Amino acid sequence: MRITCSVNGEPREVDDVWPGESLLFVLRERMGLPGSKNACEQGECGSCSIFLDGVLVCACLVAAGQAEGRDVRTVEGLAGPEPDDLHPVQRAFVETGAVQCGFCTPGLVVATVDLLARDPDPSDAEIREALAGNVCRCTGYESILDAVRLAAARGREATA
Amino acid sequence: MDFQQPQSWLEAVQTKAAHPDAAPIQGGTDVMVELNFDHRRPDVLLDLTGVAELAEWSEDGDQVRIGAGVTYTRLIQDLGGRLPGLALASRTVGSPQIRNRGTVGGNLGTGSPAGDCHPALLAAYAVVEVESVRGTREIPVDEFFTGVKRTALEPDELIKSVLVRPPAGPQQFSKIGTRNAMVIAVAAFGLALHPDRRSVGTGIGSAAPTPRRARAAEDALAGELSAAGLWDSRADIPDRLAERFADLVGQAADPIDDVRGTAAYRRHALRVMARRALGWAWTDYQRAA
Ligand SMILES: Cc1cc2nc3c(=O)[nH]c(=O)nc-3n(C[C@H](O)[C@H](O)[C@H](O)COP(=O)(O)OP(=O)(O)OC[C@H]3O[C@@H](n4cnc5c(N)ncnc54)[C@H](O)[C@@H]3O)c2cc1C
Ligand code: FES
Ligand code: FES
Repeated sequence: MRITCSVNGEPREVDDVWPGESLLFVLRERMGLPGSKNACEQGECGSCSIFLDGVLVCACLVAAGQAEGRDVRTVEGLAGPEPDDLHPVQRAFVETGAVQCGFCTPGLVVATVDLLARDPDPSDAEIREALAGNVCRCTGYESILDAVRLAAARGREATA
Repeated sequence: MDFQQPQSWLEAVQTKAAHPDAAPIQGGTDVMVELNFDHRRPDVLLDLTGVAELAEWSEDGDQVRIGAGVTYTRLIQDLGGRLPGLALASRTVGSPQIRNRGTVGGNLGTGSPAGDCHPALLAAYAVVEVESVRGTREIPVDEFFTGVKRTALEPDELIKSVLVRPPAGPQQFSKIGTRNAMVIAVAAFGLALHPDRRSVGTGIGSAAPTPRRARAAEDALAGELSAAGLWDSRADIPDRLAERFADLVGQAADPIDDVRGTAAYRRHALRVMARRALGWAWTDYQRAA
């Protein structure tokens, strides 16, 4: 089947999609957007986190056909066009060393963007709750918490 | 595989009639796992996310009508005040990503003994509204589950909504798992006190082939509360009565040993959860006086 949707603000159209495949597969294998990672394909790890109509979801659990006509935003859509144009959340992850192998990072960045949009000043408990669906096998999470706190603090300064 | 995406409820029901084997899909948090791992290959995938009304809830007389496509996130945000038991249960589901996508209708459709909505819906005496081109049926939720992941749904029927009366008394939900997020319940327990009807509602999860009520426990507790005048006096519940309630809840379970826990542990956990849930609920009831 043919899927037409908006991805990171641009209209996209792909053909010969098998209706039962996941949106994650479509993004990675058919649209050349490998930023969303594929680790578990069962919603457990969060490395495929994206926004579907502005809602944080696991792309591996969205059927390709369910994206028809929808608005998709992936990690690729966060940074600006220039190499240094990182999203503030991405910058915070880099600066705090919240990245080791990096496999979990796109999903955690997207989930953090979602959290800070809902709550610019989350408590530690709220950060943990918001990121409970994102697994990291390397960092031990402490530096990730640092990154979220840093991004939150800068976001508040910017709007103050 | 064929992909059908009806844009109205009527069209959805007609499509299901034409393709009784079609697998409905809403949030996909159960269906997509099965497809990704090739555990299921339906000929037709029937996507219900285009049916806008399924994702809505409304007040209907003295009931709340929750569309089958209402997500856990919305149950928590919109209905936490009106339906606290269901909202408490929803908070324990998966992760934000899963709660944003997973729906009450999908939970019922899967009909897992571990589905977290079920104990809360059982305790609240909820009714499942199902529909086909042949008509509508209202199925009390305790008649909806017929076996392990089996439900009373006929092949041509779809779940349309769940009807729940906002409670006249406190509700509680308790769930045991290995961590605070992303866990399938080892055992779960839902409790609702219905002072208006002088009755008690319970729901047991993950400790029998189906979610089920602990009817003997409900009757014993409600009867004693009436006999001792406690509904009106709101005096403390005697320990002996709380113990008896907890024992009867444990006895109502029919658990198995599996990777998540042993049968003996589940029964024990249920007794503990029942006792605690009753303590919390009764304290709420006393404070509400
Ligand atoms: C990582 C992860 C964590 C999870 N954690 C929990 C948890 O903590 N607690 C819990 O209870 N569940 C959990 N689940 C399971 C799942 O999220 C829930 O069962 C959820 O409610 C399913 O809803 P859905 O809309 O995604 O269903 P779908 O996957 O779309 O559908 C589920 C089933 O219901 C059928 N169906 C859907 N809608 C209808 C309808 N209107 N009429 C008839 N049949 C229908 C489908 O055909 C399918 O059989 C988890 C799943 C994942 C992947
Ligand atoms: S790949 Fe989607 S949650 Fe793991
Ligand atoms: S940095 Fe390796 S999984 Fe998180």
